[in-house]
Amino acid sequence: MSAISEVFERCRREKRAAFIPFLTAGDPDLETTAALMQAMADGGADLIELGVPFSDPIADGPVIQRASTRALASGTTLSGILRLVARHRDRLGVPILLFSYFNPIHARGLESFAEQAAASGVDGLLCVDLPPDEGARQEFMPVMRRYGLDTVFLLAPTSTKERIRRVAQYSTGFVYYVSRTGITGDQGSLPKELVKEVRSLRRKLSLPLAVGFGITTPEQAASVARVADGVVVGSALVKLIEEKTGDDDLLSAVKQRVQELTEGLRR
Amino acid sequence: MARLQLRPDTQGYFGPYGGRYVPETLMAPLDELAKAYDRWSRKRSFKHELRELLTHYAGRPTPLYHARRLTEHFGGAQIYLKREDLLHTGAHKLNNAIGQALLAKTMGKQRVIAETGAGQHGVASATAAALLGLECVVYMGVEDTVRQRLNVDRMELLGATVRPVDSGSRTLKDAINEALRDWVTNVRDTHYILGSVLGPDPYPRMVRDFHRVIGDEARRQLKKQAGTVSPDVAIACVGGGSNAIGLFTAFIDDRRVRLIGVEAGGTGEALGEHAARFGPGGSLGVLHGTRTMVLQDGDGQIAGTHSVSAGLDYPAIGPEHALLADQGRIEYTSANDAEAIAAFHLLATTEGILPALESSHALAHAAKMAPLLSKRRVMLINLSGRGDKDVESVQNWRAREEEQADADPANVAEVAVHPAARKWGRSQEEAG
Repeated sequence: MSAISEVFERCRREKRAAFIPFLTAGDPDLETTAALMQAMADGGADLIELGVPFSDPIADGPVIQRASTRALASGTTLSGILRLVARHRDRLGVPILLFSYFNPIHARGLESFAEQAAASGVDGLLCVDLPPDEGARQEFMPVMRRYGLDTVFLLAPTSTKERIRRVAQYSTGFVYYVSRTGITGDQGSLPKELVKEVRSLRRKLSLPLAVGFGITTPEQAASVARVADGVVVGSALVKLIEEKTGDDDLLSAVKQRVQELTEGLRR
Repeated sequence: MARLQLRPDTQGYFGPYGGRYVPETLMAPLDELAKAYDRWSRKRSFKHELRELLTHYAGRPTPLYHARRLTEHFGGAQIYLKREDLLHTGAHKLNNAIGQALLAKTMGKQRVIAETGAGQHGVASATAAALLGLECVVYMGVEDTVRQRLNVDRMELLGATVRPVDSGSRTLKDAINEALRDWVTNVRDTHYILGSVLGPDPYPRMVRDFHRVIGDEARRQLKKQAGTVSPDVAIACVGGGSNAIGLFTAFIDDRRVRLIGVEAGGTGEALGEHAARFGPGGSLGVLHGTRTMVLQDGDGQIAGTHSVSAGLDYPAIGPEHALLADQGRIEYTSANDAEAIAAFHLLATTEGILPALESSHALAHAAKMAPLLSKRRVMLINLSGRGDKDVESVQNWRAREEEQADADPANVAEVAVHPAARKWGRSQEEAG
């Protein structure tokens, strides 16, 4: 069983949803990223989504766009991120899912990427602009499997029955449900239909289902945790990092926010 | 000779290029769009309505013009200009905008969005939206809203909302990013009128099909006016590649015709100084939903581009172009900023036509090639748009050249660098 699967298995036994924070690697620099991941793990993160910055993040709102720009400006590369994971993954003690656009992975070459990622201790990969259809075409899944990397794919409110089947077939670890049609970031409230949609989806999937996009407050995290196996919080934390960068209490503030967000995850 | 593979396969691939590299949210809507396009584009009623609009509203067929003074100036091949600059709104872009707006309407979408670089596709989309009673939002890089200000005013007068995009390089690439973000958010009631043979399937083939009328007409007109359906050479500029595919599609299977696509050579060969995807720095990548030739660095970050023409200032080329380049069916070359500006002036003074700076790149290549060909040869050039929008850019260019010549007469060539290129150089340094 993969480390990511184990996380969801443990959370299921403990009758709670997994907490999955997102941060952009290299924002403001890779050393800070290492410290931030530790703070998140200390605060109660079960699994960390580590964002690979990309020049053209079409699925991201302004908060993560700015983080990507800062990360690229600080010289962050995929190789640098993998070296960072290699140095910190064991001590961190929680699995790392890379969250990337496809082009940086494609530019590296799938085989070469998978080999280095696995050797660094990365646990899985989610490419936001690589649906399983194209993944199959590019032999993405078999290569990732060969190196023991989980492949997480997205489902969205627009996904048809046929697409739900396909995503379920090719995902390992868990399936990531995008809470609404749109880009990452706070929209004030979560869609009314979300609870119903997640319930109905969970009945169709054997894999755990995590929900992300727009989950900002502990109350929202708690309400999603009542129906989902995992809760992803991205922009809200990235925004906090943006505001606190340069302040002495950056790490403690992030740890505290993660603690607040995990409080209501028990079912 | 085996017939070249023209249509993409069932997954939207032209050989190894194309596909649908988009977030899951857009996958089902793209399926829906492809189905609607396949269904409606075959219906007689749809084809009839489109033809009527193109004829009586847009002004098709556009003329084919034998440019005798330009021919004489070059002293070689007979130059024929396909006058897409005379299409309503001033560029070929309207063929596709009307086609897609009509499709959006049949699909029951009330709102359309578009990206624009030079502003021509934005104006065409705003026009088609006004014509068909649709709400229209156009995304445009801040840099382009400055250099193509006239088109911003036109779009607004046509009732569209122009949203300036201030992220990234603040040009066409970033306008597409923002349009995709809008579409992913509002996909249920919005159709995205993508303006070139780019993006996820079905866009590359759909946009090609709406533009192929350019080459189909040119063939018939050449037969009548030049006594042949097969020019010796056909030339078009290539940004995303829509006017080029529109002209070339009718000639792809006619191996007698040499097809030449002209990319933007900008100010130099370094990454960030040009927009030539088949030039230095171009390699296989994935951008805006399609796998194709992309200007990028070794880490897969998309490179900045530069061209004096906003419409060519884009780091990826349509996937069908990438395949046709591999097959050797289309040759790709580039013309730089200075050559394009010179060609602009040449056409203005020899023929009384102000060409768009995009089309000036095709003319710039003609200037290199036509003198080498015999007078019996026929050269067809797609004059994809008119240059009214570029008057200010050209004047600024000339003013800078004169200023620099006054300051340091020995150093004219060096100053011919567009200020945008300098800004680019800086942003590249900052990024690195």
